[in-house]
Amino acid sequence: MKSAVITFPGSNCDRDMHVALNKFGFKNQMVWHNDNELPKSDLVVLPGGFSYGDYLRCGSMASKSKIMQSVINFAKSGGLVMGICNGFQILVESGLVPGVLLRNKYLEFICKNVFVKIDNKDNPYFKNLDKDVFEFHIAHNEGNYFCTNDQLKEMQDNNQVAIYYCNDNGKIEEKFNPNGSLKNIAGIFNKEKNVLGMMPHPERMIDKSLSGEDGSLFFKNLINNIR
Amino acid sequence: MKVSAIITLKKDVLDPQGKVIHQTLDGMGFKDVNEVRQGKYFEIDVKENDPKKAQKIVEDMCNKLLANLVIENYKIIEIQ
Repeated sequence: MKSAVITFPGSNCDRDMHVALNKFGFKNQMVWHNDNELPKSDLVVLPGGFSYGDYLRCGSMASKSKIMQSVINFAKSGGLVMGICNGFQILVESGLVPGVLLRNKYLEFICKNVFVKIDNKDNPYFKNLDKDVFEFHIAHNEGNYFCTNDQLKEMQDNNQVAIYYCNDNGKIEEKFNPNGSLKNIAGIFNKEKNVLGMMPHPERMIDKSLSGEDGSLFFKNLINNIR
Repeated sequence: MKVSAIITLKKDVLDPQGKVIHQTLDGMGFKDVNEVRQGKYFEIDVKENDPKKAQKIVEDMCNKLLANLVIENYKIIEIQ
């Protein structure tokens, strides 16, 4: 299985993602933002970081970079595209998933472990996972998900909300919402469910001695689903 | 021509920075403030001498990059 991680100027989770993908069986290739063509891939990942210094709006400049036209075409033809953290911000700015990510409600950079609940497993990312609540890491300043009422309704009707912030029992309540996100939303899909954007970092949870292994479960399952 | 555009958050969108500025102003003794909303200002010098065409070019930029229309509005405030 082949994957590609796009490196933008200011990306800083690209190598972590590269290590994670390779660890669980992908043959990953790093792709520079200024390239025109994607290599043949089963999965394309937009990594976390601070592309273009977060100038203007997070992800706005990266969403217009050369490689993104190929990424958008790949996504539109059904290819799997996953955006983590800044990658999620790039996905919303490129229009591949609806909504926008605003400054965190309490204006603080949040860096901690959170629990998220997977709501819908009828998609290539979460299919066959045998649990619903995962512990992942978040580290962001602009993760406050927002969309219009019409967009929210459309997403709910299509089961496009991928994960919600919750507690360790999977309870989704405002008090477990770290950043003010609408309805505790931590990640969403596009309509076809081949594009996933989420604020939490599964690639930071792939080593028992460093953090935890919920990310390992996610990646192992993902490659089995794609095979 | 120099075109000036301002970008503001839409009415229903939370503006935490504006809120904090409001609180700080309040703490400094400016008690007559109802609300503060923070925005962005752009001055763009375009290679175009026709004001209408220059405005169109900057509007196009606002639609495609400078503003995110999900949460923001833009307004061309000056062309000179």
